[in-house]
Amino acid sequence: MKKLNKLVSVAVASAMVMAMMTGCGSDGNKSSGGTSDGNNGAATFKIGGIGPTTGGAALYGTNVQNAAQIAIDEINAAGGVNGYMLELNFQDDEHDAEKSVNAYNVLKDWGAQMIVGAVTSSPCIAVSEKTKEDNMFQITPSGSAVECVQYDNCFRICFSDPNQGEASAKYISENNLAEKVAIIYDSSDVYSSGIMESFVSGAASYNLNVVATEAFTADSKTDFSVQLQKAKDAGADMVFLPIYYQESSLILTQANAMGYAPTFFSCDGMDGILGVDNFDTKLAEGVMLLTPFAADAQDDLTVKFVSQYKERHNDTPNQFAADAYDAIYVIKAAIEKSGVTPDMSVSDICDKMKAAMLEINVEGLTTVGTGAGMSWNADGEVNKEPKAVKIVDGAYAGMD
Amino acid sequence: MSFLTYLINGISLGSVYALIALGYTMVYGIAKMLNFAHGDVIMIGAFTTYTICSTMGLPPIVGVLVAVVVCTVLGMAIEKIAYKPLRKASSSLAVLITAIGISYLLQNIALIIFGANSKSFTSIVSMEPIRLADGQINITGETVVTILSCIVIMIGLMLFINKTKAGQAMLAVSEDKGAAQLMGINVNGTIALTFAIGSALAAIAGVLLCSAYPSLTPYTGSMPGIKAFVAAVFGGIGSIPGAFIGGILLGIIEIFGKAYISSQMADAIVFGVLIVVLLVKPTGLLGKNIQEKV
Amino acid sequence: MKKMNISKSSKNNMITYGIVIIAYVVMQILLGTGNISSLMKGMLVPLCVYAILAVSLNLTVGILGELSLGHAGFMCVGAFSGAFFSKYMVIAAPGMPGALRFFIAILIGAVMAGLFGILIGIPVLRLKGDYLAIVTLAFGEIIKNLVNILHVGLDEKGLHLAFTNTSIKMSENGTFIIKGAQGITGTPNDSGFTISIVLLLITLFIVLNLVNSRTGRAIMAIRDNTIAAESVGINITKYKLMAFSISAALAGVAGVLYAHNLSTLTALPKNFGYNMSIMILVFVVLGGIGSIRGSMIAAVILTLLPELLRGLNNYRMLIYAIVLIVMMLFNWAPKCIEWRERLMAKLKLGKAAKEVS
Repeated sequence: MKKLNKLVSVAVASAMVMAMMTGCGSDGNKSSGGTSDGNNGAATFKIGGIGPTTGGAALYGTNVQNAAQIAIDEINAAGGVNGYMLELNFQDDEHDAEKSVNAYNVLKDWGAQMIVGAVTSSPCIAVSEKTKEDNMFQITPSGSAVECVQYDNCFRICFSDPNQGEASAKYISENNLAEKVAIIYDSSDVYSSGIMESFVSGAASYNLNVVATEAFTADSKTDFSVQLQKAKDAGADMVFLPIYYQESSLILTQANAMGYAPTFFSCDGMDGILGVDNFDTKLAEGVMLLTPFAADAQDDLTVKFVSQYKERHNDTPNQFAADAYDAIYVIKAAIEKSGVTPDMSVSDICDKMKAAMLEINVEGLTTVGTGAGMSWNADGEVNKEPKAVKIVDGAYAGMD
Repeated sequence: MSFLTYLINGISLGSVYALIALGYTMVYGIAKMLNFAHGDVIMIGAFTTYTICSTMGLPPIVGVLVAVVVCTVLGMAIEKIAYKPLRKASSSLAVLITAIGISYLLQNIALIIFGANSKSFTSIVSMEPIRLADGQINITGETVVTILSCIVIMIGLMLFINKTKAGQAMLAVSEDKGAAQLMGINVNGTIALTFAIGSALAAIAGVLLCSAYPSLTPYTGSMPGIKAFVAAVFGGIGSIPGAFIGGILLGIIEIFGKAYISSQMADAIVFGVLIVVLLVKPTGLLGKNIQEKV
Repeated sequence: MKKMNISKSSKNNMITYGIVIIAYVVMQILLGTGNISSLMKGMLVPLCVYAILAVSLNLTVGILGELSLGHAGFMCVGAFSGAFFSKYMVIAAPGMPGALRFFIAILIGAVMAGLFGILIGIPVLRLKGDYLAIVTLAFGEIIKNLVNILHVGLDEKGLHLAFTNTSIKMSENGTFIIKGAQGITGTPNDSGFTISIVLLLITLFIVLNLVNSRTGRAIMAIRDNTIAAESVGINITKYKLMAFSISAALAGVAGVLYAHNLSTLTALPKNFGYNMSIMILVFVVLGGIGSIRGSMIAAVILTLLPELLRGLNNYRMLIYAIVLIVMMLFNWAPKCIEWRERLMAKLKLGKAAKEVS
């Protein structure tokens, strides 16, 4: 036992030394970057990305990482921003607040000047606390909880949860899509329960009749027969699904198996359902969703992006990817507007860019077909038009 | 009417748990270890079938057979590399931890090979659902096949253990490894065989799990794995009929809990019932009560 | 002879305290001179959190000899009750000094987790082995599930509690303190490296003293042979419960520390589910069951490891899994231990030979 301990101690000592060395190493990098701003250091803006690339939420982080890299490569190939190149370093946070702070610190050591992320809400809130302290510019593609952009250095591309829930209720009510609505949501997920809550309060003000509110959790998300049965028994002619498409695909399959065919209405989390490998798209026929992005839209921008993504990663991008792609172009626009340069301090870059954010108007993948770009207010919330689409013949079709 | 529907849904879900629990309880009963990687072997089995059937377009039966072979080999390899060296370790917890390591390893290998996006698994069952009472109640083909498989496997396992020499050797090893060795039983071989059978069952469970609930990701196996573990404990871990009954009951409790109490608290209800059962019957429903001696 | 006896255990303990204090001093020097990466700086508090968790679980697993798979549940109770108090105080008494608030939060977290420990321990400790493990796992999952649907709001009339957002009877201008799955946001960042080290030292002090006391010997007697211990008049239930609830209370302390290091607290499977319980168990087993120092060191290594492997990008967690398996085999496989001992003996022989020549 004693020897064992000794060995462990030796191991830990070496681990510590390693940690120290990486610490010193990156410190060295930073200082050299600071002093030699004139030459190589000044040529690039260092953008840090944070999101889950392993674990249950890996899909979202991977999409953001890949899409952001595509946007950066495009911009660099076209000569960069004001002549400066962009460089991305993407760190895994495993969809965990603590790991996201670690990822942020790694990026800080690397010399990141702005942050794209975090991809998911709870890590994003934790990171925003740190970027606030350091006054570093942060833009999240998809962190939708209200608190993600509570500080003035934080902005987002996606809609906030309350915004989506309310917009959905409004849309359903204004277009008379349903008499009775049932909700199936993930009670262990921030995104899903956030939208559910605002949908319920929105439903009250738009006179929608919510007849059933059923939940599932991350630990029991294979069988949805009870939730569907209750919706059916309550006579719901519409089921609102403020959840991600992996669970939605199961719900659609099971509803079909039990012969229940209400209208399904969902938010941006549903986007991607047609891209699930081997999914029978007939099951998704008639599903409506409010989403900023449709992977099979026929405009030039989307077609170019989707084909490039497929070519590189052999996969169809979802709305996380679109948000990330736009986030990089928003950064580009903000840099151009504010005229910041890589040799400025992180804090100066942030101050100038957050002022510029309020003035720019950017068109991107997530505003395609709305006829307007996106702009931001001082709260960090994006201002753009939600798009409603309906799945017809295995493809998105616009709704008016 | 809705009661019957819920009951049938519960049995469908429970039959999947039962099938996984059979593999779990088999390994636990003989090798006396909680194989936390069992759920991930299930996932590998499902991915193998997916690759063979959906990507390469071969018939389902080929996919299932290949999955069984792959998982059997994988199970034996895992046992040889990660579990066997620790069989004589001073604490039985050591092997539990390597099982967790293997679980992480399999998940991350699948993540790198297949990516994080979910795959929609094509059901290997082509049977039409049985519709009763004017289509008010329907039993899917997957449920029928899963329950039949459970029963066949359960009877098969019991016959194998009680009637064959290798099965008797397994019983002996589970009772007392040392004594079994003295009686000339190849303990290492017997345990390897147990893992082979357990993993082959995992492959079948994986295929049927994903046929019933067709969403496949690298993390598909982990939660059903834990639930099946709960089911196995529920029925009395180590007991083969216990695993079957435990699985079915767990499914029914989960569905009834959601239906009649609260869908938000489904997990709490399932685990709450488990606790109550174990407090009343500390070794599960069909578990043997072993008196500890000084 | 007497001197030898005293010094053996206390010397061992001194080494344990010494390691912590030296680590603290080294880190403080590095912090002072700025020679430390942001990553390390950010990880100082989490490292202490995991060390406390590992040490506290070792009390249950190593000293009491019962396998618990629900330790993260107690951490969750501590984290949420501590953070709840702090958030409440931020709204109700904004003028309260941070240090005092944090001190009370720690006490509340410890007491609440300890109470849950007693509550859960009474039924659970009647069971044995794997059945006990599964029931602790079940309790951990129940706690996580309930916390996820708990809504607590504060308005001028006081606190309101409900299990859904819509059923809560709170006035318009009230604020949510715990908002279901969204948990608690805006917990004040009251923790710090120094206070974390102090808490770690207190944890060590409690556990090490317990182990070397009469109570500790009674607990270990129960572990080694319950029936024999009972026959010499040891109150089994009392001592088991004592060890279990102290272990839970210390996990609660770690939870409070965890909650006050991040501005957001949610009960995800990742941080408070059975995954985390198992992770803590990995620290304990890898570090050597019953070895307090070992589990502390294993916690530090295994928490740092994924961060140090970040350079491997997609292969990071894969390599982590392999390293974990290899370390387990190296530390536990009888063949490896034998080989290591032979190697040690050879080295010693070599050294001796050198000295002779």
